[in-house]
Amino acid sequence: MIKVTFIEHSGDVHEIETETGSSLMEVAMNNDVPGIDADCGGGCSCATCHVYVDSAWLDKLTPPDAMEESMLGLNTMREENSRLSCQIDTSDELNGLVVNLPEFQG
Amino acid sequence: MNQAMKNVFSSGHDYAYNTPLEDIDVSNPRLWPSEEMWAVFKRLRDDDPLHYCKAGWDSAARSPDDEPVGPYWSVTRYEDIMAIDTDHHRFSSEPAIALPNPGKDFPLPMFIAMDQPKHDEQRRVANPVVGPMNLKEMEPIIRTRVQTILDSLPVGETFNWVDKVSIELTTQMLATLFDFPFEDRAKLTRWSDVATAALGTGIIDTEEERQAELIECLTYFTELWNQRVNEPPRGDLISMLCHGKATKNMDPMEYLGNLVLLIVGGNDTTRNSLTGGVLALNENPAEYDKLRADTSVIPNMVSEIIRWQTPLAHMRRIALEDTILNGKHIKKGDKVVMWYVSGNRDESVNADAEKFIIDRAKARNHLSFGFGIHRCMGNKLAEMQINIAWEEIMKRFKNIEVVGEPVRIRSAFVKGYSELPVRLEAW
Repeated sequence: MIKVTFIEHSGDVHEIETETGSSLMEVAMNNDVPGIDADCGGGCSCATCHVYVDSAWLDKLTPPDAMEESMLGLNTMREENSRLSCQIDTSDELNGLVVNLPEFQG
Repeated sequence: MNQAMKNVFSSGHDYAYNTPLEDIDVSNPRLWPSEEMWAVFKRLRDDDPLHYCKAGWDSAARSPDDEPVGPYWSVTRYEDIMAIDTDHHRFSSEPAIALPNPGKDFPLPMFIAMDQPKHDEQRRVANPVVGPMNLKEMEPIIRTRVQTILDSLPVGETFNWVDKVSIELTTQMLATLFDFPFEDRAKLTRWSDVATAALGTGIIDTEEERQAELIECLTYFTELWNQRVNEPPRGDLISMLCHGKATKNMDPMEYLGNLVLLIVGGNDTTRNSLTGGVLALNENPAEYDKLRADTSVIPNMVSEIIRWQTPLAHMRRIALEDTILNGKHIKKGDKVVMWYVSGNRDESVNADAEKFIIDRAKARNHLSFGFGIHRCMGNKLAEMQINIAWEEIMKRFKNIEVVGEPVRIRSAFVKGYSELPVRLEAW
C-alpha cells in the first residue's frame, strides 16, 4: 500500500491509501476525487485527468511520451509540472506522491 | 423482443439486410431523416465493422469541379474509432473532416482540418475563449438568457422547440463568443446552416450559392476584424484571432475557414443536443419520470443526451501510410470515416447502448466530442449550456410534450432536427 494525495483547486485534500499497479487516474476515480473526468477511460486522448505534480516527485516519473506531449501541448494552462494522471502508474517509489488539481477541471 | 424480430420491424431493415454488403453506402443522406442508418450501422458492426464502400454518395447538384465522395472506409466500432482518432500521425485530418472533399476553387482551411504543428498553433489561439476564466464569466449570462427564453414560451400551445429554444439559445451564445452585433445574430444561424447543408436539401441548391453566402459572411467578419485589430486585445474570438501570433496573418480564406469551424462547432452541435434531449425523454417516459423525481441527475443526463444524439455523426481522416486494422488493409491515401454515431451505439463496449438511460454509468465515455488532438475544444461550454437549460426547464415545466413527428436534417454529417413540435405544461 502507498499513500497519494490529491489537492483540489479549492484546497480540499484527499489522502488516499492504495494498492500499487493502477494508474493515478484510476486511483482518483475509484476514490471519487472530484475534478478528474477521465472521459476516454485512460487512453491518453481526452486530457480530462490533468494534474500538477508536486515538484519533489517530478523526476521520479517516466517522462511523457509523444501522445501525452501532444495532448498537454494543446492546453494553454499547461505548466512545467503538468501531467495526465492516466499516464502515471502507481508504484512503491511514488509512496507519498502529491498532485494538485487544476482549476479548469473543477 | 429478440434481435431477429427487432430487425424485421426496425426502420431501414430492408436496405440494411437486403443490400449486398459491398453495395452498402451509409453516406447517402436519404438514410438519415428516416433513421434507416441505425439498421445499417448495426449490420456493419456485426458483419463488417471496417467496411469498404466503392463509391460514396454523389450529389447531383455538386459543381463540376468538386470531387464526389468516392470510395471510403466506414469504421463503426468504438475501439476501432478510438484507435484511429488517437493516431494523428498515421491518419491525417487534411484537407477536410467531413465526407465530401472541399471544392477545388473554394478551399476553406480551418484548424480542425489541419495536422500538427499548424493545428496546435491555431487551436491554442482560439482555446482561451472557452477556457475556465471565460466560462465562469459566461455562466450567469447563459443562465439569464435561458431564463428569458423559457419565460417567453407559450404554455399550452404547440410551437417548434428548434426555432424558439434550441436555435435561439445557441445563436445568442455564439454572438457573445464573437462579440457579434446582437441584432444581426440570425445571420450566424444562416451561415452555420449554409456551411454544412447538403445541396438540394432545402437550404442551398448549388455550390455557387454556398460560396456566395460564405463570402458575405467573410465580408461581414472582415469589418469586425478591422475594428478589433485597432483596439486593445479582448476576450472575444475575433479579437483573439486578429491579435494571436499564429492567426494574425491568416489569409482571408483561412479566416473564413476558421470562422465556419467556430460557427458550426458552436452552433449546430449544441442546438441539436438541446432538441435531442427533449425527444429522448419523450420516447423514454420512465427516464423523464426519473428526472422529475431527482434533478441532481442532470449533469450525467447531459452526457447521455450528447451520446444518444451524437450531433456530428462522423469525422473523416486520410491514411498517411498502409495500415492493417482488424484484418483489413487500409492503403495510403484511403479515406477513412469514423462513425461516432455508430461507436456510441456499440453494444460490445456499452451495455444497452441503444437505450437512453439518464443515470447511465460512465456516461462521459462517449465518442461525440472525438478523442485525441482534435477533440472538441468547446465541450465544457456545450455541457454547461445544456446543463443550465435543463436546470431551468425543470424549474418551470412539468412536461415538454412532443406532439408531432420531428423533422430530421437530411445529412450524414450534422445529425439533427429542423422541427420538433411541442406543448408545455407548467408545474
